[in-house]
Amino acid sequence: MFETYFPLAVMIAAATVIGVGQLVLSHLLGRKSKSPKKLIPYECGVDPVGSARERFPVKYYLIAMLFIIFDIEVVFLFPWAVVYKQLALFGFIEMAIFIFILFVGYVYIVKKGALLWE
Amino acid sequence: MDIFSIIGTVDYGALLPELFLLGFALVVMLLEPFLPERYKPVNFYLTVFGLLAAAGGSLWLWNRAGVNFGGMATSDNFAVFFRLVFIAGTLLTVLVSKNYLASEKFANGEYYALLLFSTLGMMFMAGSLDLMVIFLGLEVMSIPLYILAGFRKADVRSNEAGMKYFLIGAFASSFFLYGIALVYGATGTTHLQEIYNQLPTLQGRGDFLIYAGAALLTVGFAFKVAAVPFHMWAPDVYEGAPTVVTAFMSAGPKAAGFAALLRTFALFLGDYKEAMVAVFWVLAVLTMTVGNVLALVQSNIKRMLAYSSIAHAGYVLVAVVAGGPDGVSAALFYLLAYTVMNIGAFAVVLAVEGKEGSNQIGDYRGLVNRHPYLAAAMTIFMLSLTGIPPTAGFVGKLYIFSAAVSANQIPLVVIAVLNSLVSVYYYLGVVVAMYMHPSPAAEKNQSFYSLPLMLVLALTVWGTLQLGIFPQALLRAASDSLVGLF
Repeated sequence: MFETYFPLAVMIAAATVIGVGQLVLSHLLGRKSKSPKKLIPYECGVDPVGSARERFPVKYYLIAMLFIIFDIEVVFLFPWAVVYKQLALFGFIEMAIFIFILFVGYVYIVKKGALLWE
Repeated sequence: MDIFSIIGTVDYGALLPELFLLGFALVVMLLEPFLPERYKPVNFYLTVFGLLAAAGGSLWLWNRAGVNFGGMATSDNFAVFFRLVFIAGTLLTVLVSKNYLASEKFANGEYYALLLFSTLGMMFMAGSLDLMVIFLGLEVMSIPLYILAGFRKADVRSNEAGMKYFLIGAFASSFFLYGIALVYGATGTTHLQEIYNQLPTLQGRGDFLIYAGAALLTVGFAFKVAAVPFHMWAPDVYEGAPTVVTAFMSAGPKAAGFAALLRTFALFLGDYKEAMVAVFWVLAVLTMTVGNVLALVQSNIKRMLAYSSIAHAGYVLVAVVAGGPDGVSAALFYLLAYTVMNIGAFAVVLAVEGKEGSNQIGDYRGLVNRHPYLAAAMTIFMLSLTGIPPTAGFVGKLYIFSAAVSANQIPLVVIAVLNSLVSVYYYLGVVVAMYMHPSPAAEKNQSFYSLPLMLVLALTVWGTLQLGIFPQALLRAASDSLVGLF
């Protein structure tokens, strides 16, 4: 079993050595000139504006979470579409129930006002 | 696998209790935003009705095992027994919650729907024959619990409880999932029966994968049932969560964790029995000892009951070590008894803490003068948790210890009995405070009685004494639950 993984181990070791080695070598050999301009965080070449640790309104998270739920729903619909013919009516009803349960959740969040921005 | 081999075996009758719970949970959740304020109690009645319907469905399934989803879920007697334990726990919680929710201004539709969803997850855990279904049940059970623990949004401690429970629960789930992956790597299947059949053929080949996988599964279960050394979350979460949620968490989910644990290990140990017994032996001793010793020094009754629930998980682990039909049926009976007496104790805590009361054991001083019936009920629960006859706790412990003795685990039983002795101090400490200490000068907490709360107290007191004095019927039910498993 281990023989088959041997090339993989060599690959990992080589990648680690090369990756770490380049960083270490450039740190040891490279010339350093520290000026205040060089030490500021790189932000696409523009001077940084304010702190990165700002608070975002919680509604972004809410929308993102709700989006993920319905995104996952679509993920489940794809395999169903592939085997739709074999599953026939049974699959259709089962998926209808699945979508109905998510629809109940959708009605709930709309009615609770979770999607209202203001 | 051929799709139709799965489809062909859907037996909706065997899923009846789960379907009832799912249906009622969806209705309650959907009604919540539409119901005007004065019709909100409808949610409560729908929830109670849904639970009773699920209980009826479960009873109908007794001795009528059906298998579903290509053999991944079953409704054998073992599952039915646990379903009834979960329903009892949830129903008692729902009843104590009614007035609490009104006084806390909780959104009650969400609360009841989450309780039902969580119970649904527990049912899947008890009825699963496949590690993946256990995992799904575990998540369906846990995610509503994380939300419920943080239900008092304005209370920092409740937020902390929810967050802590969520982070540690997610951590435990990942352990569990990795365990499933390793077991799958060794055997090529996640189905418990097939894993069991594969075990003898594995000697030497993939052996360490099974050991590593079983270890990670054990860690996952131990987190869920709060066994030492995976118990750190329990006291903080129990203390911070709303008292009704604490009552719910300490009973049902613990029983569900043990249901899945018993299914996975007690029934499918096979050639790995000795190694696993040694692991559970250590877990049981640590859990009992640490739980009982730390409970001694608690001044908050919810924290005390949290450590006590850790200790009780240890007693059930003694039954797991004992194994065999005796051990498993003793564990089943004990979990039922524990559910009844512990929710009863929490109902008293709820009545005493009143509207915004604290939960110090000192608040119980002289309770007998103020509320003699509450004090009497609490005394019965404390005696039962200690394991003194004629209560459910005594019979439960008796059967666990006798199963362990017949499995030749004498040192373990000695340790367990010594632990029971330690627990006398802190359980009876509450009784002493209630009966022998004078009331504090000014009554701090406005205790409240309500009809559903009184009903719960009556039911749990009756259950505790019934199981203690006439346990035969339920002991027989517990051993009948193992039909077809051994």
